[in-house]
Amino acid sequence: MRSGIAHIGLVTGLAIAMAFLPGLSSAKEPAVHRIVIGKMAFGPSPPGLHPGDTVEWVNEDIFLHSITAEDKSFDIDIAPKATVRIVVKNAGTIRYICKYHPSMQAQLVVEPK
Amino acid sequence: MRKPVLTIAFVAALAASAFAKEEPKINDAQIAHIAYTAGQIDIAAGKQALAKSQDPMVRMFAEEMVRDHAAVNDQALALVKKLGVTPQDNPTSKSLSDSAAQKLKDYEKLSGHAYDVAYIQNEVAYHKTVNGALANTLIPNAQNAELKGLLQTGLKLFQEHEAHAEHLAAAVH
Repeated sequence: MRSGIAHIGLVTGLAIAMAFLPGLSSAKEPAVHRIVIGKMAFGPSPPGLHPGDTVEWVNEDIFLHSITAEDKSFDIDIAPKATVRIVVKNAGTIRYICKYHPSMQAQLVVEPK
Repeated sequence: MRKPVLTIAFVAALAASAFAKEEPKINDAQIAHIAYTAGQIDIAAGKQALAKSQDPMVRMFAEEMVRDHAAVNDQALALVKKLGVTPQDNPTSKSLSDSAAQKLKDYEKLSGHAYDVAYIQNEVAYHKTVNGALANTLIPNAQNAELKGLLQTGLKLFQEHEAHAEHLAAAVH
């Protein structure tokens, strides 16, 4: 009986811990990270970005922009109010610009798993 | 090099309104009209460039001008409608339109490389002037927060255009 209570307590405790620490349960699952484009600027590189994760850009501007990597690994137009996604493959830093408005510059920092 | 007639007229008109700022201060309806007119002028110039230029870099720039300025002006129209403001014609807008019409006429006579150079050099001067007007006159005087916000976004965009035009001017001179 006592061991039964202890078991229930352990399971409950683990469930609570996992609910509050979702990173523990999904650390190795690919994640989706969102970057907002607005007022002629890219948002910052999302923290905790790893190979296999998806990066999703949302263009909240009224202008056509592009997501154009300096290393040519991607070059995608993004219409006003549209969303585009890529999956990052390798760790490292990828610099990218909007080819239509080249002073819009940003980078993705992909951390090793 | 041809004199930037439009630029001079724009500066003169804005200077006149700035000197007279104690009296009839520029209002939001006039600001909206000036900003919209300035955008329409660059759209018209871009369309002329697309009809006349064969240079891929110039054409790409012109497409960008037509697309971006149309986006801002569509947004401006939606905003004035929402605010119930009727854009108000004023001496600055009129001076801008008159000078731009003359400029389009002058540039119609040019062709090839001479046209490309004239168009791009004017785009540099025009964006410089419009950006100065936005930063020093239109944005500070705008009363409505949404209009001010749109003008500020416009300024960022047009500074980008100015940089792009300068880069292109160095390539096609």
